[in-house]
Amino acid sequence: MKIGKAGGTKKKNGEKTAASKQRTARRAWDQGNERLRDTLCSMGFLGPSVTGVALFFIVPFLVVVYYSVIRSPINPEFVFLDNFKAVLQNTSFRTAAKNTAMFSVIAVPLAVVLSLSLALLLECRIPCKSLFRTFFLSPMMVPVASVVLIWQVVFHYRGTFNVILANFGVEAVDWLNSPYCLMVIVILFLWKNLGYNMILFMAALNNIPKELLEVADVEGASAAHKFFNIKLRYLSPTVLFVAILSIINSFKVFREIYLLTGNYPYDGLYMMQHFMNNTFNNLDYQKMSTAAVLMALVMVALIALLFKAEDIFGKDVEG
Amino acid sequence: MKKKRYFGRFALTVLAAGFALAFLLPTVLTISNSFMTQSEISANYGKVFSNVSGSDGKTYIAETVNLKFIPDKVSLSQYINVLIRSPDYLLKFWNSAILVVPIVLLQLAVASVTAFGFTRWRGKVRAFLFFFYVILMLMPTQVTLVPNYLVSGWLGILNTRWAIIFPGMFAPFSVFLLTKSMRRIPGSLIEAAKLDGSSEWQVFKDICLPQCRSALYSVAILVFIDYWNMVEQPIVLLPDAAQQPLSVYLSTINANEVGLAFAIATIYMVPCLLLFLHGEDYLVEGIAHQGSVKG
Repeated sequence: MKIGKAGGTKKKNGEKTAASKQRTARRAWDQGNERLRDTLCSMGFLGPSVTGVALFFIVPFLVVVYYSVIRSPINPEFVFLDNFKAVLQNTSFRTAAKNTAMFSVIAVPLAVVLSLSLALLLECRIPCKSLFRTFFLSPMMVPVASVVLIWQVVFHYRGTFNVILANFGVEAVDWLNSPYCLMVIVILFLWKNLGYNMILFMAALNNIPKELLEVADVEGASAAHKFFNIKLRYLSPTVLFVAILSIINSFKVFREIYLLTGNYPYDGLYMMQHFMNNTFNNLDYQKMSTAAVLMALVMVALIALLFKAEDIFGKDVEG
Repeated sequence: MKKKRYFGRFALTVLAAGFALAFLLPTVLTISNSFMTQSEISANYGKVFSNVSGSDGKTYIAETVNLKFIPDKVSLSQYINVLIRSPDYLLKFWNSAILVVPIVLLQLAVASVTAFGFTRWRGKVRAFLFFFYVILMLMPTQVTLVPNYLVSGWLGILNTRWAIIFPGMFAPFSVFLLTKSMRRIPGSLIEAAKLDGSSEWQVFKDICLPQCRSALYSVAILVFIDYWNMVEQPIVLLPDAAQQPLSVYLSTINANEVGLAFAIATIYMVPCLLLFLHGEDYLVEGIAHQGSVKG
């Protein structure tokens, strides 16, 4: 269709008369006008949001970047990477970064695998599927602040979990103040996030072409073969999306930790946001700006990775 | 062979039921415990919330905790305490509502207009802008809080509700989701309206908004739950204890008010649960459309 149109215009260009020249000029003028109108219209619709985003996020973030390369607001001497060096050598920052990374490393693979398993489970022929879906999704809607009491009761030194373990002769542990503390948070994190990820996987499973699976059935492929060679291939973009989403959510886990343990948790639970809060309290602009810039850089790298991977996997599935 | 398959289904069902139980337990326990009397709570959980001054030492405090499903005696005393005797908590609930409701409404209003802008007109600049919104959406609060803090300082709204409401109003999350669902609207529908001589605003109001009603609802639920839950923003931007929402306050609850805490926790989750039960299908649809990050 496109080619036909192009041919048409060529033909018209062939017979150039003064009148048609005028007409083309007029059309160009109209087109220009329309373009201008479109631009103005789109600016009208996008304007409010762009202004707000610029005012509340972009402009102050540029100032944050500026703060991160000067000595102090009072003495704005350009020091380039000094602040970064200082923050990277700061022990609290290191602990926070280590713990945050540690948490992501444990929680993200679990979040992907378990939510995929849940989605596959709901694909099987079992009764009351929609009820199960509701149950699995419900934690997402329950405010963390509401259930931390239960977590405290369960994982306390004299808590339920220890009582159960005592039956098997395991010694009591104060879970939230032990090296295992991250596991408690991982459980809370999974409890809250699995449902959401599961929905994403269920949607992706729905999009797998049915014919492909039917052909595999006819040819007598095993369930495992079908899963690894067909389903997982089609799911790979979603796996990636869920993984990135989980990484981002794992950065937000401070909320749960704060509600469970307050401002000064056990060392193993000291997260990036704790570090930020302390710098807020001391109004140490340099430290907090630098940490924010570092964090933003890490995020941009992660997001770039996501886009790159989406390109690769997206093509793989389409082709 | 057939028998084996039945067994497999049975095993899967049991597995699903096990998961379901694990997912439901914390919520159910919180609710059921809110119907216990104070003495029963301190008897059961006294050891956890250590400095419970067991009224006059006569009450029995279990050596270890005793997680109970069903209260010995169903009582509404905790609720009566919360609702009538200590209006403090109601005030916090109100604090939460007065923060979250404007944010949801304003964010949806701004975002739906913006999403229409991103749907109707494409181009290099706007594509880049949209890409930028996605990046901003993915930034964790650790990053966005510092700029928000600075700008609130400049505008002199630090430690007021506006310091949270304004950044919430322009948060790009709902722009992203709404753009995705508006782009699903068939282009012919918009073209037809344009031919009939509707202005862009009319197209937006009469076609796009009604077409994405379910998306709007699901986004509203997602935004609501996110802000109903917020902790970081109030701690940093609104340190004034009197104005802080219930989410922050619940964590600072006094040890000898544990009984109350369960009742408050339950009241606190009621709006979310109601929204969830009413809008679950929309919500699932909304999440499913999220699919991938690219526009």
